[in-house]
Amino acid sequence: MDAFTQHKGLVVPLDRANVDTDAIIPKQFLKSIKRSGFGPNLFDEWRYMDHGEPGVDNSKRPLNPDFVLNFPRYEGASVLLARENFGCGSSREHAPWALEDYGFKAVIAPSYADIFFNNCFKNGILPIVLDNQTMDVLFAEAESQEGYQLSIDLDSQTITRPNGETISFDVEPDRKHCLYNGLDDIGITLQQEASITEYETARKQRAPWLFN
Amino acid sequence: MAKTLYDKLWDDHLVAENSDGSALIYIDRQLLHEVTSPQAFEGLKIAGRQPRRLEANLATPDHNVPTTNKEREQGIDGIEDPISLIQVKTLDENCDEFGVTQFNIDDIRQGIVHVVGPEQGYTLPGLTMVCGDSHTATHGAFGAMAFGVGTSEVEHVLATQCLRQKKMKNMLVKVDGKLGYGVTAKDVVLAVIGEIGTAGGNGHAIEFAGTAIESLSMEGRMTICNMAIEAGARVGLVAVDDKTIEYVKGRPFAPQGEHWDLAVKAWNDLHSDADAHFDTVVELKAEDIAPQVTWGTSPEMVKPVTGTIPNPAHEDNPVKKEGIERALEYMDLKADSAISSIPVDKVFIGSCTNSRIEDMREAAEVAKGRKVAASVKLAMVVPGSGLVKEQAEAEGLDKIFVDAGFEWREPGCSMCLAMNADRLESGEHCASTSNRNFEGRQGQGGRTHLVSPAMAAAAAVYGHFTDVRDIEISRLSSTENGGDA
Repeated sequence: MDAFTQHKGLVVPLDRANVDTDAIIPKQFLKSIKRSGFGPNLFDEWRYMDHGEPGVDNSKRPLNPDFVLNFPRYEGASVLLARENFGCGSSREHAPWALEDYGFKAVIAPSYADIFFNNCFKNGILPIVLDNQTMDVLFAEAESQEGYQLSIDLDSQTITRPNGETISFDVEPDRKHCLYNGLDDIGITLQQEASITEYETARKQRAPWLFN
Repeated sequence: MAKTLYDKLWDDHLVAENSDGSALIYIDRQLLHEVTSPQAFEGLKIAGRQPRRLEANLATPDHNVPTTNKEREQGIDGIEDPISLIQVKTLDENCDEFGVTQFNIDDIRQGIVHVVGPEQGYTLPGLTMVCGDSHTATHGAFGAMAFGVGTSEVEHVLATQCLRQKKMKNMLVKVDGKLGYGVTAKDVVLAVIGEIGTAGGNGHAIEFAGTAIESLSMEGRMTICNMAIEAGARVGLVAVDDKTIEYVKGRPFAPQGEHWDLAVKAWNDLHSDADAHFDTVVELKAEDIAPQVTWGTSPEMVKPVTGTIPNPAHEDNPVKKEGIERALEYMDLKADSAISSIPVDKVFIGSCTNSRIEDMREAAEVAKGRKVAASVKLAMVVPGSGLVKEQAEAEGLDKIFVDAGFEWREPGCSMCLAMNADRLESGEHCASTSNRNFEGRQGQGGRTHLVSPAMAAAAAVYGHFTDVRDIEISRLSSTENGGDA
């Protein structure tokens, strides 16, 4: 996993609540057995005018000119603004894989669905939670100012707006540590091997029916 | 200190606690399927790791498998979609290579993971259980802490039998009273989601309790817990009682003999203490719940079948107002029109929410002696597992459905998420017993209305949503999946 330390990037405002993982990456693309290559099909049903299928050359498909990601001014965006309960629905990690593959490094929203939020941290994407009032300010600025960029610094947990003002955000220390250092979760857990074995031995005594 | 059921399960699985509040939690069992496991197995291979406890994993293909008899007769080679075929084959190969027990496509025990686990007694009270599927909350009906995870965590559990987690808050959803005739578990959970919203349970484990929940069968409780995630909660729970223990007894993976007695003793403590503290409490009266129909593109967009479609003009919150307007446009529905006026093009009875034997019976009781309306293009019944299918056929339910004009299919997730060939065409309205009515969920441009099996069967027969309480129901056998229905 890539580490996330600092990022400055173009901001795209997706002004919808309850954006679900079916919208982020439709089911037909979940047939892939790989982790990569989902970017061209991110928000597929909103982004294109036709029906997408795996294996189709996406560069030849008709784009939906009304969808915000297709506006020329947002080309190359790497910070996504969203509304409440972003990433609700299924547990598919293909959703953060698609966001990451498209080029998003951070999502900023007032709230997220739990599984999606968790999956972001496993894939080098920083999901930031801000209150609705601040979100309204960011949406208004991103919509009115062409080339609007935000600078995000994970270490100091701050977002810097183009006018120089900063917004602070919270992030759980454990998640921050892993993301900041790009650490392999499994490797960290295996450092607690002795505790796991000790637990297993006790569990086997308490619940022998769970062990063959 | 008094503990909730969730507190007890959490404490019982705590391997280590970190100073920042995160914890290492032991995972007793994992269910695997073809869609969210290939990248996890690949990760193990790249890192040169082995599953820590093989017997803690059980696999079966479900999302991608075809459900037509023609394709299924030929086993795995019958899968016409070449990309789906690769995914199902990859599960076979990974299970063979690592030695994971799998019920493959030809096995009568194959089915939807959340139907198979309980059916086999692999799901047990007091477990922690995960699966790369958000509807893993289903297994909480057994007083187990079960939740959906992403593929990275599937790999994490395979390698370590643990997950790094932060404890959630406790929410109690209490439904007291007696459910009316024709009102089922599905209607209860839809009403709950309508009450608290799709994000209402975010960050919480929801325990469902109250006399109406206690009166439900285990299958009804599974339907309720299954949709906890649609209220935003990864974990749904129901306390263990005699019904739970009776249901588990004698199943293939259930403990036996001395172990059974020990297990039952431990399981009898799996309920919240009387004075346990819940961060949030929501109460509903069973008598207030009517058969439900979703009208929009989020499960919280739900109304009683007797109701009308909401008018965005009456909504003050601008984000919500825009959501309603957008949903009405996508669903091609008019504000203030009657729910019962919505015409139905297709009907889907199945999914991890409603594809168990009681669901099949509930739908068959409505379908018996009736015909699918001429205006309905397709009405299909997809049992949740090979064993559910076998049982239904032994009871003659398949014949009732086929005589009425329904298609009787092979087990799989099918049109719940339309990964296989079972899907809606753009613009079609579907009465569906599944769990999500998101845009495009059942096929691009498709319009999903979530309902109970009885309501779906009634919509098939009348060609539009119809209050199942107004029609005569044929008694097939005693079912406990709802009030008196």
